[in-house]
Amino acid sequence: MRKHAFVVVASFVASVALTAQAPDRTKPPQPGPPAALKLPAIHKQKLSNGLPVWVVELHKVPVAQVNLVSFSGTANDPPGKYGLASFTAALLEEGAGSRSALEIADAIDYLGADLGATASIDASAVRLHVPVARLADALPLMADVALRPTFPKDELERQRLQRLTSLLQGRDEPATISAVAFSRVLYGKGHRYGTPQMGTAETIKTFGVDDLRGFYASMFRPDNATLLVVGDVTADRVVPLVEKQFGGWKATGAVAAEKLPAVEPPKTRQLFLIDKPGAPQSQIRIGSIGVPRSTPDYFPLTVMNTILGGSFTSRLNNNLREVHGYTYGANSTFDMRGGAGPFFAAAGVQTDKTSEALTEFFNELNGILKPVPADELARAKNYVSLRYPSAFETTGDISRRLEDQLVYRLPDDHFTSYVQNIQAVSAADVQRVAQKYVQPDKVAIVIVGDLSAIEPRIRALNLGPITKLTIDEVFGPKP
Amino acid sequence: MRRAAALLLLAVGTPAFAQTPAAPPKIELPYTQFTLPNGLRVIVHEDHSIPMATVNMWYHVGSAREKEKRTGFAHLFEHLMFMGSGHVKPGEFDERLEAAGGDNNGSTENDRTNYWINVPANSLEVALFLESDRMGYLLDTMTPKTVDAQRDVVKNERRQSYDNRPYGMAEITLGEMLYPPAHPYHWPVIGYMDDLTAASYEDVVAFFKTYYAPSNASLVVAGDVDTATARRLVEKWFSDVKAGPAPQPMTIPGVALSGVQKKTITDRVQLPRLYLAWLTPRHFEPGDAALDMVADVLAGGKNSRLYKRLVYDMQIAQDVSAFQASAALSSSFQIVATPRPGHTVAELQKVIDEEIQKLQREPPTAHELERSVNQTEASFYNRMERDGGFGGKADQLNAYFTYTGDPDWFNEDLARYRALSVTDISAAAAQFLPLDKRVELAVEPQKQP
Repeated sequence: MRKHAFVVVASFVASVALTAQAPDRTKPPQPGPPAALKLPAIHKQKLSNGLPVWVVELHKVPVAQVNLVSFSGTANDPPGKYGLASFTAALLEEGAGSRSALEIADAIDYLGADLGATASIDASAVRLHVPVARLADALPLMADVALRPTFPKDELERQRLQRLTSLLQGRDEPATISAVAFSRVLYGKGHRYGTPQMGTAETIKTFGVDDLRGFYASMFRPDNATLLVVGDVTADRVVPLVEKQFGGWKATGAVAAEKLPAVEPPKTRQLFLIDKPGAPQSQIRIGSIGVPRSTPDYFPLTVMNTILGGSFTSRLNNNLREVHGYTYGANSTFDMRGGAGPFFAAAGVQTDKTSEALTEFFNELNGILKPVPADELARAKNYVSLRYPSAFETTGDISRRLEDQLVYRLPDDHFTSYVQNIQAVSAADVQRVAQKYVQPDKVAIVIVGDLSAIEPRIRALNLGPITKLTIDEVFGPKP
Repeated sequence: MRRAAALLLLAVGTPAFAQTPAAPPKIELPYTQFTLPNGLRVIVHEDHSIPMATVNMWYHVGSAREKEKRTGFAHLFEHLMFMGSGHVKPGEFDERLEAAGGDNNGSTENDRTNYWINVPANSLEVALFLESDRMGYLLDTMTPKTVDAQRDVVKNERRQSYDNRPYGMAEITLGEMLYPPAHPYHWPVIGYMDDLTAASYEDVVAFFKTYYAPSNASLVVAGDVDTATARRLVEKWFSDVKAGPAPQPMTIPGVALSGVQKKTITDRVQLPRLYLAWLTPRHFEPGDAALDMVADVLAGGKNSRLYKRLVYDMQIAQDVSAFQASAALSSSFQIVATPRPGHTVAELQKVIDEEIQKLQREPPTAHELERSVNQTEASFYNRMERDGGFGGKADQLNAYFTYTGDPDWFNEDLARYRALSVTDISAAAAQFLPLDKRVELAVEPQKQP
């Protein structure tokens, strides 16, 4: 079959005499126009139990990606049970059908496959990546894990110990400490976004088999899921295969439906300092509550953030890294989720330049509120949109795009109109969303560093009231 | 076994749990190779699946070529390659690429430095212009100030990736313990702070002239390109880059450990960690592939021997990993394990040593080896999915070309693993992992004040 691109004989061409003239380097080549984005068709069908199946054929490499996506995630953790979705997903592979954890792992490894189950904020998924020649062998294992987990008590205890130790190790990582602290001070204990997806030592210690079974039943069900198949398959052949494995799946219980409480962004500027004695860098994170993925400002925000801190030439990276050399890299992010996720600018900066770096952060956060020059705007729009085809290169890439479309209910033309929507963003749009969402006087500032070295000069900047947090206040008591 | 691609889809219909899964088809990457008069070796690979192209340049120089008191220089130099050149003003390298929808990066290892640029295919010429200009005219715009600016960035890279990272100093310490001071793998690629401070503009000029000649580099152009057009554009933009002498080959004496080198360092961490390391055969030498499989039998997946005992059964470790770190002058085999709270590195080391000795005495089961080979085989297919960037097809063609002379060495590489027998695995463990000739490094948590 010609669609397998591999089988062509390589040709060797010996060194040849050149007739090319020296190029005129004073006339550098200019970029070409955007390429037409030709996306592979999505074959949408339903299995006999109503489970939607989306198939995308990608006949490049003989592999397949199969994702069963459930539309419940860590945001659906019940109050007091933070970490349950994540724990439940992790247990799926630890015993399913008639197989033990070790038997599942052995069978999957023997097939050269990868199988994983994880919960993210707005979805959970069981994902299989496998050479297509072994797809039929791997699918029953995937179906066991997704549909027939057994939640053995001893595996639950193993996982509990693993997770408590991971949480303990999180205290070592300055970037982790600053991210966890930042979410906590913005969202508080009462909002799911204020606690790591894994939960806390306190909650992890409480989970029992019944919690996991109950939560599993509420999240993994054919009326709350979609199956994606991407790879070197045809819809005609692969749909009967997945029908056999997933078509008999029935729902039990009710869909998990936790509502996130409303939360107000900061009304003033506040600093939170966390001591890391001897740290050669300070981890800085500045920001507020941003927007949900459903924001009508998605495209202007994407362009604005690219200019502020979303690319190498962005203002934050150029200033803090290239001009001043304070850091290996500075960036900014709008973390868009089902609810309004955080917006932040961040960098690890050398300890003795911490206060100088803070000043430059605020110079850029204030600078982006002013009109953006035309060439900078054009560059950002091109950077985001012209390389968009890269987002559809591999089976994993395509399956992630499809997951986004499903989880955030993006319109069918989202991908095909993406380039056009980015290119339509104007300088006025960028300024409007910057002024609306980047409010440098209403932010939380979290700094993890050697306070004996950095605190006096941070205080001298008079950025706002300062609160000191201990590691225990950030993570909860040590496991 | 060779199997035509056309048979592949039929295999999907085989019953579940066939004992011997169907072998995937042979891997071949079609390419065209030519050499410019200035000595630059060029490889072109077409892949029209998305309208993107990649330009991947390898300079055959890494930190192993550094001089005394100038450690970290090859990597600092890599940073300077993005700072503009004769016809590209400072800052313009990235600005031009981003304006074309392009992305780029570079990395430095012991033996090589690589650079890639991914662009929409219709901007391939922009990428070739930029790549050729820095090969031909880097020094035209280089100043001591440029060096100073990136020196600060690189020092912060070191702080972020080593000094301020949990267990970050262990990797540096391991290299120092494995290799004598005169061996170029003794010092870390990132370099020592004092040496980064000492690096000068004059060093930059000398390094460029010695190691950045076209004859010491190889270029891969891949993606949605037509071979004839790609060749014409490469010839156009690289034809004026002046030839230079190829650097002298390195003559590095072989190294061996004569006994156990033992050390404990402290770090700002919650849990201790154990590192065991051996000096092992170089990349692609006999023993190299077998040691990859030894690593997998010991610590690849839940059923591997060390994971199953330490993490799954005894539950005294949080993690364990093993790998053969292959390189051009010498490799190292490493086992790394973290004890759970209440347990010690000594407890872990006792079990690890028992399992190494067991594997040295008795071959693994056929199932264990097949499981590892199947995973290796699958990884070769997964490596075919992406064209550009680190580890994409272009980067792999360049790697195989650099280390074997054959860009399409995929099947030969995979054949090394398929040829292994279970006794090869135990023999490699016995020959290359002696318990009395190795490095034993422990990281212990700093005492709280």
